[in-house]
Amino acid sequence: MRVKATVMEAAQMDRTLMRISHEIVERNGGTHNLVLIGIRTRGVPLARAIAAKIAEFEGVEIPTGSVDITLYRDDLSQISPNPVVQKTDLPFDLQNQTAVLVDDVLYTGRTVRSALDALTDFGRPLAIQLAVLIDRGHRELPIRADFVGKNVPTSSDEIVEVRLESIDGENRVVLCEMPDSAGEEASEDV
Amino acid sequence: MLENKQPEDDDTQTTGAKEGQGMENDSKDIRVDAEPSAVALKCTDLLGIEYLDVEDINLILDTAEQFKEISQRPIKKVPALRGKTVINIFFEPSTRTRTSFEIAAKRLSADAQSISASTSSLVKGETLVDTALNIEAMYPDLIVMRHSRPGAAHLLARSTTARVINAGDGAHEHPTQALLDALTIRDHKGRFEGLRVAIIGDIAHSRVARSNIHCLNKLGAQVVVAAPPTFLPLDVESLGVEAHHRLEPAIEGADVVMALRIQLERGGKLSFPSQREYFNLFGLTKERLSITAEDSIVMHPGPMNRGVEIASDVADGPTSVILDQVSNGLAVRMATLYLLAGSSKDVETAA
Repeated sequence: MRVKATVMEAAQMDRTLMRISHEIVERNGGTHNLVLIGIRTRGVPLARAIAAKIAEFEGVEIPTGSVDITLYRDDLSQISPNPVVQKTDLPFDLQNQTAVLVDDVLYTGRTVRSALDALTDFGRPLAIQLAVLIDRGHRELPIRADFVGKNVPTSSDEIVEVRLESIDGENRVVLCEMPDSAGEEASEDV
Repeated sequence: MLENKQPEDDDTQTTGAKEGQGMENDSKDIRVDAEPSAVALKCTDLLGIEYLDVEDINLILDTAEQFKEISQRPIKKVPALRGKTVINIFFEPSTRTRTSFEIAAKRLSADAQSISASTSSLVKGETLVDTALNIEAMYPDLIVMRHSRPGAAHLLARSTTARVINAGDGAHEHPTQALLDALTIRDHKGRFEGLRVAIIGDIAHSRVARSNIHCLNKLGAQVVVAAPPTFLPLDVESLGVEAHHRLEPAIEGADVVMALRIQLERGGKLSFPSQREYFNLFGLTKERLSITAEDSIVMHPGPMNRGVEIASDVADGPTSVILDQVSNGLAVRMATLYLLAGSSKDVETAA
């Protein structure tokens, strides 16, 4: 995989997350009944980062959970072998809460659809909102984000990669070129 | 088999940004950045622990770990196996295992149908292969079978394209029991390496013992068995266990003590003078268990004969994890159904 461009540097990511955090609190008129839910994998550290920022300026710890959408994918019967299942951890009651789903990249919208289905199995939140660091377009479902870090126009043979300190060792968003044939071994040199 | 794109992740803590970390995306993948992609069991049927390697065992245990949470939800169901048909055929009586498989299938949204021998055409003299062919004609995706003959599941697996899970074949194997026991041990001990696990009772007639011995040996635990000579197979050491004819040397310092049911229906009653004598020599009591390791746990695959292989105060006591085993059974069976349903028997690589 070849990196074509850097979309966001660490400092910019930090400022963007700060803005999203403020927007979430502003939109909801405070932090009352607010919960954050990160979508596995990279939505989880992003949700925690947003929670930490809100704690900084509001002094309130917002309950934060994670959801794994694997079992709700719409292509489970078409792919083989089955994907690895990760932990869903929602340590709070969703009833009458406003849940903000957090993910790194919004693309086709299918992940978000799966996440909405998953949340429905845990209760009936008052509202579900969506926050993403990058919106790269190409929606295949009628889904939009409430809070967007940055809109990045892409072509479908590109990949937006959000790298996070806790998982990838650095904070950076890059635009990559898809290798010629999908499924081929990713090249070593970036 | 399927080329294994082993993602080196345990629960998101992947590192490896430098190498564009494993961008092997399926073209239809709904996520675009790298995900821990699919891993497959190296088998298409679960016939016995003997045929699994440590990687497969750990994959099942790790998947089961995630599935536990589903049973705690207000809505205990996920759509993962929507449209799949699971048929449970039980030629031997079973409540726990059959119910566990049924509930597991239903929690994954599969359609589950159970057939028990007394209500099936087997009593009318149909052969196993004919039964299998008839079920096959109804396009099941998975077949779970318990049978009194060792190897019955293998025979079935050869004659159907559905994935087969052995839910016990005679005195041979009962793989999901060993896996749920392993998950329970891992929950309580956090490891297998260096653990001393004592299995007490009718080893000779026990598929639970055989599967557990294979499983625990592969995972690196030390297995000790103790039973009257009539309950020990000749050359039991060849299974890789330490064997004793008295209880005490086996459970001394043991981290896990597992009592087996005396299987009266499998000729168990011919092997010892009386149930009372068995209890007096091999029954797990509080006093006897005082020589085990400090934080030892007591297990039993059920159904228990209280006062024969285990005293009631032990079965209901603080060291007993018997009901955890049952709950874990559900998670393990969900995991095996999920993982096997994702494999395809007429091998084709990921779409």
